[in-house]
Amino acid sequence: MHDVATDTAIKNAFATVSFKQKRKDAAVRWTMRIATYFILACAFFVFIDIISKGAPVILDRGLDFFTKNPETLMVFETADGTEHQLGYSDFVVWKDNNPDQEIVEQHGYTYCGGGILGPVVGTAFLTIICIVVALFIGLTSAIYLNEYSGKGKFMDMIRLAILNLAGVPSIVFGLFGLGLFCLAAPVITNEIKEGAWHIPLLSGYAISFQGWGTSMIAGGFTLAVMILPVIITACEESLKAIPMGFREASLALGATKWQTIRKAVLPYAFPGMLTASILGITRVAGETAPIMFTAAMASKATLPWQGLEGNVFERFFGFLSQSVQALPYHIYTVAARIPQSEYTKPMQYGSVFVFMVIVMAFAAMSIFMRIHYRKKLKW
Amino acid sequence: MSAISAGTEKTVGSQKTEKPEGAKKSLVIETNEVSFAYDGKKDVLKKISMQIFAQEVTAFIGPSGCGKSTLLRNFNRMNDLIPTAKITNGHISILGSDIFDPMVDVIELRKKVGMVFQKYNPFPKSIYENVAYGLRIAGENRKSVIDQAVEESLQLSGLWEEVKDRLDASGMGLSGGQQQRLCIARTIAVRPEIILMDEPCSALDPISTAKVEDLITQLKEKFTIVIVTHNMQQATRVSDRTAFFYLGSLIEMDDTTKLFTNPTQKETEDYISGRFG
Repeated sequence: MHDVATDTAIKNAFATVSFKQKRKDAAVRWTMRIATYFILACAFFVFIDIISKGAPVILDRGLDFFTKNPETLMVFETADGTEHQLGYSDFVVWKDNNPDQEIVEQHGYTYCGGGILGPVVGTAFLTIICIVVALFIGLTSAIYLNEYSGKGKFMDMIRLAILNLAGVPSIVFGLFGLGLFCLAAPVITNEIKEGAWHIPLLSGYAISFQGWGTSMIAGGFTLAVMILPVIITACEESLKAIPMGFREASLALGATKWQTIRKAVLPYAFPGMLTASILGITRVAGETAPIMFTAAMASKATLPWQGLEGNVFERFFGFLSQSVQALPYHIYTVAARIPQSEYTKPMQYGSVFVFMVIVMAFAAMSIFMRIHYRKKLKW
Repeated sequence: MSAISAGTEKTVGSQKTEKPEGAKKSLVIETNEVSFAYDGKKDVLKKISMQIFAQEVTAFIGPSGCGKSTLLRNFNRMNDLIPTAKITNGHISILGSDIFDPMVDVIELRKKVGMVFQKYNPFPKSIYENVAYGLRIAGENRKSVIDQAVEESLQLSGLWEEVKDRLDASGMGLSGGQQQRLCIARTIAVRPEIILMDEPCSALDPISTAKVEDLITQLKEKFTIVIVTHNMQQATRVSDRTAFFYLGSLIEMDDTTKLFTNPTQKETEDYISGRFG
């Protein structure tokens, strides 16, 4: 006779039967968990590395890091055996003040001294031009696509083109910007370049398709074209999120199409557009390839608003058509284009740290705005 | 006033809903053999002929997909939003004018023919601005005029006492029934002649529904109202005349009491006695 009592004590009616399935389940769960933690680990490592090595640079160099342009870092040893590190301008001053000190050994590390004022300012202007251009074109085309255009093969093609644009590598955008904006865009000038196709205007001036040259405006436009797909998609999604009822109600009250869009759609789509656009902008601010050929230069003594001459228009165009330093390009330069040594590291980490803080501030702003408007606008 | 022969050919002349001679009600909307297709080909409305009179509530009833909302949305040309949709036959004339005449400006039409939607849809603006919206887009900027119109419209819609102290609060903070009455106030603020209501109570609870129904009864003194409803009791409660639609055709249109107590068509009888739909 079977002992029922001991049997049930050993075997629960719902005890695991298939250990194979259980193991499979656990394996899948752990694979996914590890993949997720891997991302976290990468982010953590990047942040810790940059903060731990970048923040001390800022503390060490102080305000100079934000108020000076990049310059050559002079590393020299005096006769008494002490080593000095000074930016070139400080080095000159130091030499004047200490004529009696004999310099035994002296090295120069280009771009590694001074601060990053020029690149920060340049990136700011490039980004502003990009925002203005990209928001205008992106917003208008998103409104057209979502509110005015019907459906059809042609519209599908346009959407496909926009999606494809998002997949184009940034270096290709750089070359495209070089070809279109730097070398072929129209300018009004009285100095027509040899061989440039032009339409003559009054008194020696002409619209000449000779390009804008390597300039802030060419870089801004190139970045704008690059970010357009993101902006258009974001704006369109925001417009799509507005209930049809708002439009219908407005139209039924005798509003025109444009009145409806302006008063019953855009105000409510605007926050979404803005937050998404800011995120897009942070991406643009970090791009190197598109501005490499179109706008950026490694070193420049003056800030964009310095050294402009002529009347208001000439100054304005002079301002837009100069090339600038840019933070991502500066990082690329100090990290990859000059010989590496322990003396180049502070500039690298300092620049990256500042850059990261700026970008993260933008991203945080966008998140904050989204939360703020979500609370305010609900339907 | 001639007899209203409605619907399919076989029913023509089979019922006569004569207005008594001497009735003063004037003709507001008249459709003449109207067919309509969303895709421009397949008719979803089939030769609808009907007349709607001033200061009356006309109810459209019928099972889902029978075309009652479609017809309603033709009265203010809301169907213009669908590019392929078009009237394939017949005419609709409102206040004596053909509304599909090329000369017609839909903006002007919609100012005269207001609409209240199934899902209450106030703008995420203040109560005041919701009601003022129609006036503002029409170019009215004088505060005194807008103030007055807002108060009048809210009073007409029975909302004034409930919201007069918080006109600056968001219209979306109101209860569902209040929101729908706000939408009605918004519609009457532009002083239309006709108000189209597309199942205005289908998203509301019974108490809010009763309030909106009371409101409809009061509003018919000033406006001509056409209401689409799924709720037959509602049609009997609020409407003077009822039109029954089935599969895109107008089967029968008559005084509400008569249609519900003594329908002439078998489909009508089957529907109102709950045998289908």
